[in-house]
Amino acid sequence: MVIAVAAGKGGTGKTMVAVNLALALHRRGLGAQLLDADVEEPNAHLFLKPAWEEREEVLLPVPTIDPELCDLCGECARACLYAALAVTPQRVLVFEELCHGCGGCSLSCPAGAVGEKARSIGSIESGLTAESLRVARGVLEIGEPKASPVISRLKRRLDPASVNMIDCGPGTGCAVMTAVRGADVCLMVTEPTPFGLHDLEMALDMAAELGVPPLVVINKDRAEPPEGEPLRDFCRRRGLEVALSIPFDPEIARLCSRGSNLVDAFPEWQKRFVGLYRRAALIAGGEAA
Amino acid sequence: MKQLAVISGKGGTGKTTVTAALAQLLEPLALADCDVEAPNLSIILSAGEGECFDLKVSSRARIMEERCDQCGLCLEHCRFSAVDPGPPFRVDKVACEGCGVCRMICPAGAVVLEEREGARVCRSLTPHGPLVSGKLAVGEEASGKVVTRVRMEARFIASEEGLEFLLIDGSPGIGCPVIASLTGVDAALVVTEPTLAAAHDLERVLQLTEHFGIPAMVCLNKCDLNPDMAEQIREWGRRAGAPVVAEVPFHPRVVEALREALPPMGNLPPELEEALRGLAERVREALGLERRS
Repeated sequence: MVIAVAAGKGGTGKTMVAVNLALALHRRGLGAQLLDADVEEPNAHLFLKPAWEEREEVLLPVPTIDPELCDLCGECARACLYAALAVTPQRVLVFEELCHGCGGCSLSCPAGAVGEKARSIGSIESGLTAESLRVARGVLEIGEPKASPVISRLKRRLDPASVNMIDCGPGTGCAVMTAVRGADVCLMVTEPTPFGLHDLEMALDMAAELGVPPLVVINKDRAEPPEGEPLRDFCRRRGLEVALSIPFDPEIARLCSRGSNLVDAFPEWQKRFVGLYRRAALIAGGEAA
Repeated sequence: MKQLAVISGKGGTGKTTVTAALAQLLEPLALADCDVEAPNLSIILSAGEGECFDLKVSSRARIMEERCDQCGLCLEHCRFSAVDPGPPFRVDKVACEGCGVCRMICPAGAVVLEEREGARVCRSLTPHGPLVSGKLAVGEEASGKVVTRVRMEARFIASEEGLEFLLIDGSPGIGCPVIASLTGVDAALVVTEPTLAAAHDLERVLQLTEHFGIPAMVCLNKCDLNPDMAEQIREWGRRAGAPVVAEVPFHPRVVEALREALPPMGNLPPELEEALRGLAERVREALGLERRS
């Protein structure tokens, strides 16, 4: 079972939901693990405090040009649709950050002058928390633009025998899509503001394109939402289930600011997060059938 | 023309709220919403969509079934596992990165690359000046290209209208869209909050500004949420050469104003508005913006 946690908007509480859900399931004895796929700014470890026990580099192939063989014909630069190669009268320039590692340049070179070397763009780390919850994260190197290859590599660690929580980054672009793709259900963590709603709509479009059923979690919620509140109205109209509401509470904000968790501070949240899992499992199962 | 990018590392720290306040305080100016995966500036500044055009930013391969003889070369050479051997052979449009290797390798000429309209760029008018915003199609990868285009349009409009200042609302993270938001700006303003997660993200985003040699300053939002963490952030900022130039207290009224999509200045408690005015002054000094008479 794979549960992606996304939002569209940043700062709505994705990591809080993913972390507390993982903790609640782990403590319930349901095998769980958390994959932090917000590789630009991974944060789940701050709340779970795993001891990293293993690290793997994420390597992408980039071209190398053999000046002995290269006759500066320019085929490689024409083949590269990312403009990662430029041919000057003296030599071929390689812009490594633009390269996707597709191998088109070496295929196109009539002189066999294009080779490849591996370039590190990030890493995957994995470890256990003090209570033996498995946590893995991807980390994008500073200055590297492309997060997706790091996320794809991280997702090789999905465990089919566990409930896998994937903590996604903000947005609805390629990186988040790579993270959500193939999940059984996607939790959409939103907040009752026009911004939360706007970005939720984008995130729902993404889930629809991927065929992943969504389930809404409202964070920073009002204790008594007024009649006609736009977010709940929207959910009703779209037939979306609101599976969990987390109130706006400065106490919760302070708790999170210290890196503490809801399920530790307030025991009632243990049950609520297990309840959230039940809803998620139902929706995931329903879609699959 | 002076350019300031407002970024945050972590999402939800108040980047767009701070940008909106600066727009109110430093008008007239041009605005660029470069948070193209979750653009919100037009909502808070009630700018509407305005005039829009679609951008073709990327391509995807398509296999023409009638020409394909199922030789499997594309499957063998695609490094993104985007070819599904079917039958019939087809391309997974989510996995495809549009590199064109399948087209290059196909002996039957059965592969075409199709451009897709991956983004929409809109030009609208706020009470404080023109706004250009970009919205990336779902799952689109070329966010950097869209950000660059949004900034180009905004610079063009600014120079047309004789505006001296371009304020850029960036995106969370440190990846492609953030890098494209930062290229060539005069300074970056990082909006953070005293939480463990935001502090961790601040550290990474300051490494990024340093990597690109861009002067950075920090706005500490919700500054009284966690005093120890706030002190740590001030200290880090000092050490990283990115001083905390403004501190805005935590107040439930901000959440209420956001729910109603109200712009910050004129709708927040006096102590918060005072802090934001102070921030605007520091930005004005840092960029050498002229004061309006």
